Amino acid sequence: MIALEKRPEPSRLLAMGTPLIAVIVTMIAGGLLFAALGKNPFEAIRTIFWDPLFGEYAFYYRPQLLVKGAPLVLIAIGLSLGFRAGIWNIGAEGQYTMGAICGAGVGLAFYPSESVLIFPAMVIAGALGGWAWAMIPALLKVKFGTNEILVSLMLVYVAEQLLASMSLGLLKNPQGFGFPGSRNIAEWDAATSWIAQDYGMHWGVVAAMIAVIMAYVLLNRHILGFNIRLTGEAPRAARFAGVKPARLILFCLGMSGMLAGLAGLFEVAGPSGQVSIDFNVGYGFTAIIVAFLGRLHPVGILLAGLLMALTYIGGDIAESQMGLPAAAIQVFQGMLLFFLLALDLLTNYRVKFAVKGAA
Amino acid sequence: MKLTKLLTSAAVALGLATTAMAEDKTKVGFVYVGPVGDGGWTYEHNKGRLAVEEAFGDKVETVFVESVPEGPDSERVMTQMALNGADLIFTTSFGYMDPTINVAKKFPNVKFEHATGYKQAENVSVYSARFYEGRAVQGHIAGKMTKSNIIGYIGSYPIPEVIRGINSAFIHAKKVNPDVQFKIVWAYTWFDPAKEADAAKVLIEQGADVILQHTDSTAPQAAAQAAGNVVTFGQASDMGEYAPFPRVSSIIDDWGPYYVARTKAVMDGTWTSVNTWDGIGAGMVGIGEISDAVPADVKAEALALKDALADGSYHAFTGPINKQDGSAWLAEGETADDGTLAGMNFYVEGITGDIPQ
Repeated sequence: MIALEKRPEPSRLLAMGTPLIAVIVTMIAGGLLFAALGKNPFEAIRTIFWDPLFGEYAFYYRPQLLVKGAPLVLIAIGLSLGFRAGIWNIGAEGQYTMGAICGAGVGLAFYPSESVLIFPAMVIAGALGGWAWAMIPALLKVKFGTNEILVSLMLVYVAEQLLASMSLGLLKNPQGFGFPGSRNIAEWDAATSWIAQDYGMHWGVVAAMIAVIMAYVLLNRHILGFNIRLTGEAPRAARFAGVKPARLILFCLGMSGMLAGLAGLFEVAGPSGQVSIDFNVGYGFTAIIVAFLGRLHPVGILLAGLLMALTYIGGDIAESQMGLPAAAIQVFQGMLLFFLLALDLLTNYRVKFAVKGAA
Repeated sequence: MKLTKLLTSAAVALGLATTAMAEDKTKVGFVYVGPVGDGGWTYEHNKGRLAVEEAFGDKVETVFVESVPEGPDSERVMTQMALNGADLIFTTSFGYMDPTINVAKKFPNVKFEHATGYKQAENVSVYSARFYEGRAVQGHIAGKMTKSNIIGYIGSYPIPEVIRGINSAFIHAKKVNPDVQFKIVWAYTWFDPAKEADAAKVLIEQGADVILQHTDSTAPQAAAQAAGNVVTFGQASDMGEYAPFPRVSSIIDDWGPYYVARTKAVMDGTWTSVNTWDGIGAGMVGIGEISDAVPADVKAEALALKDALADGSYHAFTGPINKQDGSAWLAEGETADDGTLAGMNFYVEGITGDIPQ
């Protein structure tokens, strides 16, 4: 018989090691999946993980890693603060969208001015937009005890409707022949978030780096970070230590909303370029996977964000080069989270092989 | 613009390399917004791709990426295709417009073809089909078939192409049935079976017994089948698995001939940037078989309408037509010009509700 036995202490080695093992197991299971589809599994894995980094056209794909990874890392860092304290913001996608709408809206209001103040104003508006959207579930939770998971998730759909309305109405490009979508902000020098497009550098990449460092300092060196961790790990102890849950909720949700809003603004003013109905492509949801894959640790999140970006970029290459269906790539990405969560079990439990009845 | 240079030189080098290696192989890339199995829009574009393979055999190599989000991701996919030596790239959704232009700037030697947009460049053609001609036939049948006089319409996005379709269907439904009214639901998606099914159910609950759709999945067909007495039309593809009822006819996009012709032009070195907008006459828009669920006289009328549209003796937008607010648009006998049609952002008189703003 195989039995699970709870470990007296979670295994530290496994806690650090599971993401790596999960990646390897995913590669094996994914390889089997690709083989079942009649493709060479080794070639597929190489195309996804190796080619974007060291292949013939790596000079193009490496910068793309930054473009794809930056919003994931930025959002996931914000989410990880709340997740550590047991505050579940599932609606980062909505806050991301609102940040983009508010930031782009403020910028476009001054079109075609070339003032140097425009971009900073957009950044502030983007941050505030995301923050304000996250404050709705935060205040409702603090005042009325509503469930922040549901409220924040539902607000994603509200934000999507607003996005559609903005692309079709208020922010619609007056020179767009009646087609939806705003002016292209990336082509407007005073408002673009690009620093060096050829190197994938935009202000969102810079902000993601800063966020990683700040989160690290906050969690390890600051009393607020200690309180966040304490609340998550030992809520009763936290209360005795004088942590005010309401304040923590407002801080964590506000912070994650703000970072998501910033990510949205940097995206709309750079890689995406315009407010359009399909602007949001799921960064807010993928960031949840990134946060957990990175063990809610700032450095882990940085690595996990880059890994996710790699599977997206490599996945596209595998699709067009090898004719793999998009669904197979999505299954492959899903496996990553699945195996991570499954292997997490081993951190807290150990497998015991026992003869039935012997005990 | 260091990378631009790098990309160009890589493309040139690659061009040289491929000409040396396989002189006669033309590489054609396709970027799809949905999965190839959507049974509608992307399915038909993929059929066009297969037609290219069929037509040229060993002389072409085609590649595609499906379910590509409209935005920066599509730009990466196109760049990747161009880097890997594509000579011609078809980008098959409206939202790929700016990304296509951006990538085309970096690869002046690669030809691009963008569907349903309006931005052309030296190496970017635009092409679309006059789906509204098919909508006219559909509207005629719908107006005759409805008993509740309520026709449901599932819109994708309120862009000119979709609004044109609604107007065309309404004008021709109204012509044969003055009491008809349209109920329009906006799904804000091209392909989302769950959302489309919900939209269809809502319309059926509101009394619609004919459902027209401008979304790509067969979910509305399934919803109509479950309801039992609701008429539907195949969209983009024939959706023949729901014939003879609820699907009584369909609008079929036939991209094959265009894709073959454009690929041939690249092979011959005669490709130039063009703006193509073909309809029933040129064969880009097809009307799927009208099933026996439609009375014979209605079927005959519908086919006559189709023929008139095909030979150009009748235009789907022929006056007198007023705009929704009652102001005059087309005088008696006047037909709409392509410019107005291309940017159409108003309903015609008689449609209730507002275009989402």
